Amino acid sequence: MSTLKVDEVSKLYRSASRNGGLTPALRKVSFELSQGEVISLIGESGSGKTTIGKLILRLVEPASGSVTFDGKDIAGYSQRGLREYYRQVQGVFQDPFSSYNPIYRADRVYELIREVYYKGVSDKDWNEKIEAALDAVSLNPGDVLGKYPHQLSGGQQQRLLIARALLLDVKVLVADEIISMLDASTRVDVLNLLVKLKRQGLAILFITHDLSLGNYVSDRTIILRHGAIVEMGSTEKVFGNPRHDYTRMLLSAVPELHKKWRHTPLGPAAVAGTGSAVIVDTAENGPDRSAVSDLAQASMAEEADHARHVVKRDLRTVFGGRRPVGSASSALAVALEPPALTEFEPGHLVAQPE
Amino acid sequence: MSVSVENLSVAYRSRRGDVTAVDSVSFALADGEIMGLAGESGSGKSTLGNSLIYLDQRMRQTGGKVTLDGRELPVSDGRAMRPLRMTAVSLVPQYAMSALTPTRKIGRLVTDLLKSHGIRDRDEVLAEMSRRIALIGLKEDVLGKYSFELSGGMRQRVTILLSTLLNPSLLIADEITSALDVSTQRAVGEMLLEFRDRKFVKSVIAITHDLSVLAQVADSITVMYAGRLAEKASTDTIVNEPLHPYTQALIASFPEVGVRHDQTTLTGIPGRPPSLADPPAGCRFRDRCPFAFAKCTQTPPFEEIRPGHHVACWKATKEEQAR
Amino acid sequence: MSEPVSESPQAADGPQAVPGAVTATALAVSVPAALGTDGARVSPKGSDFIHYGLQNKKLLFGLGLELLIVLFAIIGPMIAKYPPRAYSPYTLQHPGSRFWLGTTDTGQDVFSQLANGLRESYLVGALGAACASAVGMVLGFAAGWRGGILDEMLQLITNIVVMIPSLVLLVVIGSYISNKTVLFEGVFIGLTTWPWVARAVRAQTFSLRSREFVDLARLSGKRPVSIIMRDIAPNMASYLFLVIILLFGSSMLLAASYDFLGLGPTSVVSLGSMMQTASQEAALNYGWWWWFVPPGAVLTAMVAALLVANVGLDEVFNPKLRDQ
Repeated sequence: MSTLKVDEVSKLYRSASRNGGLTPALRKVSFELSQGEVISLIGESGSGKTTIGKLILRLVEPASGSVTFDGKDIAGYSQRGLREYYRQVQGVFQDPFSSYNPIYRADRVYELIREVYYKGVSDKDWNEKIEAALDAVSLNPGDVLGKYPHQLSGGQQQRLLIARALLLDVKVLVADEIISMLDASTRVDVLNLLVKLKRQGLAILFITHDLSLGNYVSDRTIILRHGAIVEMGSTEKVFGNPRHDYTRMLLSAVPELHKKWRHTPLGPAAVAGTGSAVIVDTAENGPDRSAVSDLAQASMAEEADHARHVVKRDLRTVFGGRRPVGSASSALAVALEPPALTEFEPGHLVAQPE
Repeated sequence: MSVSVENLSVAYRSRRGDVTAVDSVSFALADGEIMGLAGESGSGKSTLGNSLIYLDQRMRQTGGKVTLDGRELPVSDGRAMRPLRMTAVSLVPQYAMSALTPTRKIGRLVTDLLKSHGIRDRDEVLAEMSRRIALIGLKEDVLGKYSFELSGGMRQRVTILLSTLLNPSLLIADEITSALDVSTQRAVGEMLLEFRDRKFVKSVIAITHDLSVLAQVADSITVMYAGRLAEKASTDTIVNEPLHPYTQALIASFPEVGVRHDQTTLTGIPGRPPSLADPPAGCRFRDRCPFAFAKCTQTPPFEEIRPGHHVACWKATKEEQAR
Repeated sequence: MSEPVSESPQAADGPQAVPGAVTATALAVSVPAALGTDGARVSPKGSDFIHYGLQNKKLLFGLGLELLIVLFAIIGPMIAKYPPRAYSPYTLQHPGSRFWLGTTDTGQDVFSQLANGLRESYLVGALGAACASAVGMVLGFAAGWRGGILDEMLQLITNIVVMIPSLVLLVVIGSYISNKTVLFEGVFIGLTTWPWVARAVRAQTFSLRSREFVDLARLSGKRPVSIIMRDIAPNMASYLFLVIILLFGSSMLLAASYDFLGLGPTSVVSLGSMMQTASQEAALNYGWWWWFVPPGAVLTAMVAALLVANVGLDEVFNPKLRDQ
């Protein structure tokens, strides 16, 4: 039973703002992913969700912590070991068009696989493999092979990429926002494809900002905020009974077809919570729509909160590589400490408010 | 009627000849109405919205006319449109977040804007702007910042603020919630409603592919497919009682929070929209429509089947007549 | 949904003046166009390229003129009546039937010198361009791909090389090597002009490296060298092409200026050395125009044709620059 284990990974990036500090993109995130399981990793921009995907795919390295697959730490892999790892762990990204090199035909992505993993295979066998993979994603080989990426629709491009993963022996698929750039009518097809693959035993990390998609497709849900997990558990429990204020805020802000945004005040914990008072003088503003001010305040508080996490530049981590993250007393270590998770009920963890 | 579009057609030049992106489109907007313009990529919704304010070099108006507040809007005459942009018609473009020049502070952008419109009495406008900044929950110091110092959501709100500063009659909002986080989406959506309620803008055309956002914000929704209008009705009607098969399929493909795959399987729409360079005769949805019948080879007219409810579909017309 | 920026690559640097001669500033003007909006540049499909290429007047003119001059460089020495350095008693002759472009103060045939000198100039140009592009591209790709410490070190090296005054260096080296060859000159030019290539290649590599198709190539188990050569470089092909053309032109100009100052190869005649001798003998004062006008004019034409073709090529590659 293959397991992917993410163990207290942290990642730092240089901040884009003028003062040039370091932003903790991930703060000691831990979770496990098993076969046949779909986990939604839900977060807004800046939450670190894409970074986790890249860490699992070893496209970047963590500043601390480890990712293990079947018990082995992926950081230790040589080029050969990495190749074997990629045979079992693959990724699909947000912008299907960008995943193709525009100067080559789309099926070159399959050629790359063949060159590395199936060198001795005959043409006939290889074509059979491709047809089987395309069939699994409901694509007609005649429609998609031999074409340039710009001649294919977003849905076809995305499914071609999923089929690529199926050419290998993939056990874990990292799906980073793979739906968001597709049209509404094709989204559902790709979603249903993921469900089908899950039923066949594939483990999927479904990274998204869209809660309704996460709800549709996943068994477990992780809510990520500012690089730390704030709520984690089975999807029904997290969506059905959200305990953390951030989760509640997210759920209340999701636009739905049949329900209007609820005009309820969001509660003090979802707003400031950092001690930095956000003053909006609404007295002179005439008729007041309290929900606007509340949500606007919440956004502003999020900004202030985020800025608080930017730490002064620490030369030891300036190259962002694998270096010890400093003694417990350093500001960096403090900033990297995530809120503690407590078990609200079996299978449902909630973070303390920060 | 605040805005009236009659048989508007817009085409653009490509190496293979003219492509009609907007094909004889007609609709009307009342004062204070927020109309959602929904459709998928390639439907022409962005072209339609943008053509009401700015036709770039590759685009040409090939027919129809647009009326705003009783006067004709000379959409194909760039020079005549200049004084009307930002004052009568305004646009929040797609990727508005990157529309702010990164080398100037926000405050300077505002004064540039006012200067280019020859507005002398700046103090009045600047005072109003300060009030609006406070209204949307930003701090006054945002004027002293550069655009890259703001987060995506803040930039979006600042862009909307700038676009509506001169109180235009018509605001065209092109995918203004698309690249945003869920919480900022709501803040921006509510900002739009607030601005309409306070009459900072009169009417709004909100272009997006996301029907759920429109369900929150729009009074009416117009669905566009392959360059033509498919259906227009109040938001409630579109969401609960759509008549056009395309609209029905779109609504059916929306996952909602609370819907899980083991309870309901959502279905997509098989096939792809037709190429606008060589569109099929008759109803353009015909090839993907589960209800297509013989008459669909003729182009169905976009007509008012029920009060306030326009549809371009033979099946819908037929069923309505049978009632 | 964007993550906070990681090791932020610098945006494509502005025009880097090719170090050395004053003539380099002319080239610096065309560099910004080449370094411009990379997002808009597409390596066009074969048929597209030919279609737009044939329509582009600048490209046709530039290429055509250059080809004519190359032809002259090939055929000229073959049809020249006299060896370029052969003295004769017919000094300072006007162009005529015996000496088509007249003679120098020592009776040498100007036409022959011109034709042979052209060859030398092209040789040096090619050598310099090859050397500079090789070094610049290798360092640029390496720095752009790896980032981190390697990048910082390579930037340091680049900055140092930029600061070295190549003219002074050439003078110093020249005093140790008495018999300089064309090879030496070409290699020297190559080793002193690669920095802007390295910087530009590095910037482009940085931006391409973060594209998702590169991630996908990595996820397919491909090694970095393979990815750089098959995925990154081809996407920069149009740009690399332009870089090489510019290097070619600037090497020729630089060589001519070195030769003019007497720092060039001593055993051969080149365009620059012709102008040097002419200037030493005050040809301008005495009005012996056939001696210094031809080399100057041909040199100008050679480089100008390249630059014009370069601009045309940029228009072909970059759809936004084409007149619509």
